[in-house]
Amino acid sequence: MIEARTPVYLQGALVIRPEYEISAQPLPVEGTAAKTLSPLARAVQSAAVRKATILLLIVVAWQLYVTLNHINELVFPSFSETIRALITSVRNGEILSRIWLSLATLLQSYAIGIACAGLLTVFAVRNAFGRDLLSTLTSMFNPLPAIALVPLAMLWFGLSAFSLIFVVAHSVLWAVALNTQSGFMSVSETYRMVGRNYGIKGIPFIYKVLIPAALPSILAGLKIGWAFAWRTLIAAELVFGANQGSGGLGWFIFENSQNLMTANVFAGLLVVMIIGVFVENGIFQVIEKRTIRKWGMQS
Amino acid sequence: MKQPAPDIAPLLEVDNVTIRYETATQEVIAAEDVSFSVYPSDRFVLLGPSGCGKSTLLKSIGGYIAPSEGEIRLGGKRIREPGPDRVFVFQEFDQLLPWMTVSENLCFALSNGKRCSSQKEAREIAERYLQKVNLWKFRNAYPHTLSGGMKQRAAIARGLAMQPSILLMDEPFAALDALTRQQMQDELLALWEETKFTVIFVTHSIDEGIVLGSRILILTPHPGRVRAELNAHELDRSQAVAPLFANTRDRIYSMLFDTKLNAGAAS
Repeated sequence: MIEARTPVYLQGALVIRPEYEISAQPLPVEGTAAKTLSPLARAVQSAAVRKATILLLIVVAWQLYVTLNHINELVFPSFSETIRALITSVRNGEILSRIWLSLATLLQSYAIGIACAGLLTVFAVRNAFGRDLLSTLTSMFNPLPAIALVPLAMLWFGLSAFSLIFVVAHSVLWAVALNTQSGFMSVSETYRMVGRNYGIKGIPFIYKVLIPAALPSILAGLKIGWAFAWRTLIAAELVFGANQGSGGLGWFIFENSQNLMTANVFAGLLVVMIIGVFVENGIFQVIEKRTIRKWGMQS
Repeated sequence: MKQPAPDIAPLLEVDNVTIRYETATQEVIAAEDVSFSVYPSDRFVLLGPSGCGKSTLLKSIGGYIAPSEGEIRLGGKRIREPGPDRVFVFQEFDQLLPWMTVSENLCFALSNGKRCSSQKEAREIAERYLQKVNLWKFRNAYPHTLSGGMKQRAAIARGLAMQPSILLMDEPFAALDALTRQQMQDELLALWEETKFTVIFVTHSIDEGIVLGSRILILTPHPGRVRAELNAHELDRSQAVAPLFANTRDRIYSMLFDTKLNAGAAS
């Protein structure tokens, strides 16, 4: 212990306090600073557990409301009736082929929409004319609900799958292009300078620097694009699902409502929701977790 | 005023360079008629107050901004665009690309800057330089998990791994806390002792300039003009209380802040 004298003042009078130094001690045993919570406490903390509880409550309330009030199943089927209808249509394969048809149309439109958005944004990155072209087109078409193009699509392409693809791709294109473009614009000057420092320019600059740096916005755009596409597709199928005698999920819902198979209508709506939730929370969240969240680009 | 040139050829020549840029309302002169030469293994410091155009000058040497007048030559060849022979170390912590691990950041630079023939070779070089800056343990960490000092160390490792003709450091320690900053200065000097690389170091700290620099170019505030070129190769931290250190610091201080002196020099 080192002792020395330093002056301090106490109520105006000088007092000398000793100095001291404590030699470094090893830290106490690990595990004293943090301890694991009990399973129940952890369950309450988990958002997934809370959400599951809410879902369960909704299902119970639905079932009780319908059965206790003896509501006509043709108007408002109970949860159990809906599930029964769903199982039947899965067993006989009808709903699966409808899902497949919808998803196939959706994926084609999604791919076409993204490809067009990619071309437009690459063009916009390269020069001022491209930038103005993109911003003019997006401000024109982004506010226009894609479903409003259905009459035109029917006039131009008839009741073909291409009409659907045209409408749905349109709903994807502008959301993706807008977000990608704004993502590129907000890429920091430092990233750009670092990229150029190592001799990266032209097209490689786009995929080596701009795209990963703008990935948070691009993913946001893809998510919005997906949501638009899914809603637009189901809506468009309600209008012209009859594509050479077959149609997707939207048509399944429409057809069953015409035949007063209300439980099937509910089953169809349930499937639309489940697929939407699965893609948004399943696929996109996994991508985000493996990319931008792992990289600390989104908290 | 011209210094008698040493026998060896300068590595970098900045020749009567004026840099102007336009804002929406006015034309701003960032640097006016600046000339200096950097010789191999110089630790060349550009020192001046904020807004004296020292960062703009460095970006011009980096090839990011073309001089409005005059020219900059590296090894006798005029600089026209950015390139891996002049590697930048920035002040900003986001100079490491966040979507790559520390080691991948180095490999990315090495393979795009064509400093290696294979990915394997890139990894070997990267690991060697990460060892030099004590970051080998963190080679597989993503940049956002590192502290500010570690990020700057990784950026320095990346810069040195490229073996550029000249390393351009733009206030690399300005965003660090005082303790880390001092540690980084000592580490940089230790690295320099190893390979004697050439570096231009921009700072607005007089002490940092004296400790790190072997030669100091002092720029006047707005627009940046050359005020003086001083030697500091004999001064390091151990002499921080020596009369020569204090004397040099006072000289620089008066040159930077005495407006009367500046006015006299301009006429």
